[in-house]
Amino acid sequence: MSIDISQFHDVFFEESFEGLDAMESGLLNLDIGAADVEAINTIFRAAHSIKGGAGTFGFMAVSEFTHVMETLLDEMRNGERDVTPDLTNLLLEAVDVLREMLTAVQQKTETDDERIADVRQKLESMLDAGSESVAGGDASVADVTTNKTEEKEATPKGWKIDFRPHQHLLQTGNDPVRMFRELESLGELSTTVDESKLPPFSDLEPEDSYLTWQLIIKGDIPKDDVVEIFEWVDDDCDLVIEPLMEAAEEEIVADQAQPEPVVEVPSEPVKEQTSSDSAAKPAAAAPAAASIRVGTDKVDSLINLVGELVITQSMLSQIGDNFTEEMLPQLIDGLAQLERNTREMQEGIMRIRMLPISFAFNRFPRLVHDMSDKMGKKVNLKLSGEQTELDKTVMEKIGDPLVHLVRNSLDHGLEMPDVRAAAGKNETGTIHLNAYHQGGNIVIEIKDDGAGLNEDKIYKKAVERGLINGSEILSPEKIHELIFLPGFSTADVVSDISGRGVGMDVVRKNINSLGGSVEVASKQGEGSSFIIRLPLTLAIMDGQTIRVADENYIVPLISIIESLEVKASDIKQVSGRGELYPLRDEYVPIIRLYDVFGVEPDTTDVEEGLLVVVEGEGQKIGLFVDDLLGQQQVVIKSLETNYRKVLGISGATILGDGTVALILDVPGLMTLYRDPSAAIPPQINDERAA
Amino acid sequence: MTEVQQVNESADVIEEMDDGAEQYLTFVLGDEEYGVEILRVQEIKGWDKVTAIPNTPHYLCGVLNLRGTIVPVVNLRARFDMEEKEYTPTTVVIVLKVEGVTQRTVGIVVDGVSDAHNVSPEEIRPSPDFGTHVNTEYIRGLVPVDDKMMMILNVDRLLSVEAIG
Repeated sequence: MSIDISQFHDVFFEESFEGLDAMESGLLNLDIGAADVEAINTIFRAAHSIKGGAGTFGFMAVSEFTHVMETLLDEMRNGERDVTPDLTNLLLEAVDVLREMLTAVQQKTETDDERIADVRQKLESMLDAGSESVAGGDASVADVTTNKTEEKEATPKGWKIDFRPHQHLLQTGNDPVRMFRELESLGELSTTVDESKLPPFSDLEPEDSYLTWQLIIKGDIPKDDVVEIFEWVDDDCDLVIEPLMEAAEEEIVADQAQPEPVVEVPSEPVKEQTSSDSAAKPAAAAPAAASIRVGTDKVDSLINLVGELVITQSMLSQIGDNFTEEMLPQLIDGLAQLERNTREMQEGIMRIRMLPISFAFNRFPRLVHDMSDKMGKKVNLKLSGEQTELDKTVMEKIGDPLVHLVRNSLDHGLEMPDVRAAAGKNETGTIHLNAYHQGGNIVIEIKDDGAGLNEDKIYKKAVERGLINGSEILSPEKIHELIFLPGFSTADVVSDISGRGVGMDVVRKNINSLGGSVEVASKQGEGSSFIIRLPLTLAIMDGQTIRVADENYIVPLISIIESLEVKASDIKQVSGRGELYPLRDEYVPIIRLYDVFGVEPDTTDVEEGLLVVVEGEGQKIGLFVDDLLGQQQVVIKSLETNYRKVLGISGATILGDGTVALILDVPGLMTLYRDPSAAIPPQINDERAA
Repeated sequence: MTEVQQVNESADVIEEMDDGAEQYLTFVLGDEEYGVEILRVQEIKGWDKVTAIPNTPHYLCGVLNLRGTIVPVVNLRARFDMEEKEYTPTTVVIVLKVEGVTQRTVGIVVDGVSDAHNVSPEEIRPSPDFGTHVNTEYIRGLVPVDDKMMMILNVDRLLSVEAIG
């Protein structure tokens, strides 16, 4: 029987990474000193399944490493070992190493053998040192040894099988001869039969089994294959399967191995095995296809919806079969039902892609734990709204910006304990991550009770960097906005925590590219909060249809601030080219869409058209359009699939009548407005010249 | 959608010719006759208004919706600098598969489709640099058909991203 187990690799990796996450959060929540047995059990179970899985799939390095961890955890579980900060930190480190190892195996890359050996050494010395009873310690080490022998020699020269059937074996319908034949198909088999228990012929019960066998099978055979053959007779015989060594002595030595060789077990053979493993089946190395775990309730509700849809469809086709005018109300009802079904189905399918934001939040306890230790700050991380769901794609892309913001809060926001105490605050700072739904958006807040943004310092820095000239008077909000400008970083010293040159501008850009926005609110001395708004999904958005000449365009509703009629007299000309419109306390540049898009408009008179004020990258602009049409949800389609990226256009959508409408990209329009020649990509420019 | 003609189906019927001949779909632009490999043709549909894309060359008419995907459409007359002509009922969009870094789908607007021809490789003559509207770079070869001459287009080059940008 041969099943290609590599097909289960993806599932194994997925589960293992989940297990690691569980271990990590479990370890972080362990109370020092008074360990909660259930919490340790959870961690232990996760380690145990990773070990088991890794063993099954032949990732021996992983399974051996996990085994050492497991032994340690087992002692904790049995109360033989106290939970100390050193221990949890070491285990956390081990979790990291394990994650790296699994990633390396998954992606078939090299592992950092030194680090693995180092952490393993630490784990083992912890095991040796901390055991309460010498006997206990020895036992666990010995356990490691035998296990190692077994697992490391997964493909030894062969197997020695001691097979002693119980007397009733034949009655269960099992036939040793058949099993031996099966064994023979695996490799070279030699058998020695022990007939000493055979009774005199007169006493012989033909249905009983009296013989025992010593079987030696040679060849490169996985132990599992051998075990499988005996699977059915497991309970009806005494079975000992041992790896076959070159010399019998070696076997004995391995069995009685002392602790030293264990510690020194070089990672060389292990590595060899993994690499030969990967060489043997490169086809299985194909990068794991992304997958989503979906709750069965979601799938069930979809199936219900499909059922309803089918009913509606058959009802409608019945109406259509012999349609008379009296049936019109029925038809209208049917269509309304169809619409409802379709919408519910759409929502249901969207929900499949939705994951709770805890997937993104879960990494923060660890991050905060490690960083606050390093910086000597006391931090209490509060998470709320973890069950808020958002699209998987959005989730994957929001991770890095979030990490950046949390790091910033820790590094720049929260003060050192003594500074906090001096300011009359609790020594322990709080960082609060919160998520909730608002309209069709998800809002994520990162709030700290630290020092808040230092407005003077930001202002000075901005002047220094030439981002503003020192004569401007800016409101606090405007000053806060400065941190989002490219080239702004106030970190005096580039620490390894933040200030790596990746600034808030990148955060804002990333969030904008997801169709979202980020704002900051801050009060000096009281803390600051960053508010991220994101669309729930990337595939569908709310759009406002506008018209310029005879073309319809869609403006993302999220970027629209307001639409208004303007008087020509309000518009200020700037050096003959640009136009500004005073909107409350600020001047908004006007972009005439027909101008940047090169189409013939209905009118060039500002009083006859409309001004749609939109915001992108923190700047407001007024788009001058001919008319505003309806609002609707649009499905976003890519222009790049068959064409290329077009500046000022983020994609296209298909309207109800089957025609295509383009979706405007506000930041792109600004670029286009500032530099119309940017519209033509360089390589195409060359082509045209040629 | 008007006059949608599924060419794919007929393509299945075409049997592999023994002499390695391939089938070409011919279409006309003014007096000139052009050919494209028939297996490249996804669909032929009647001309319908398309959505213009701003800041693109004049020969890119715009994009159309082909069963949910957005497909750019190139006006071949404009691409070859031939004089503009009113769209007539015979004006069609031929939707073609274009191989490049990725496989893309691009439509071309032509005056009308005329025929399908079997052409064996040895019949194809190299294209000399003669004074047509078309840059010979985009012509794979010439084939005499009856008393006319068919120009076989190099679709991948003619409709590459760079060429239609």
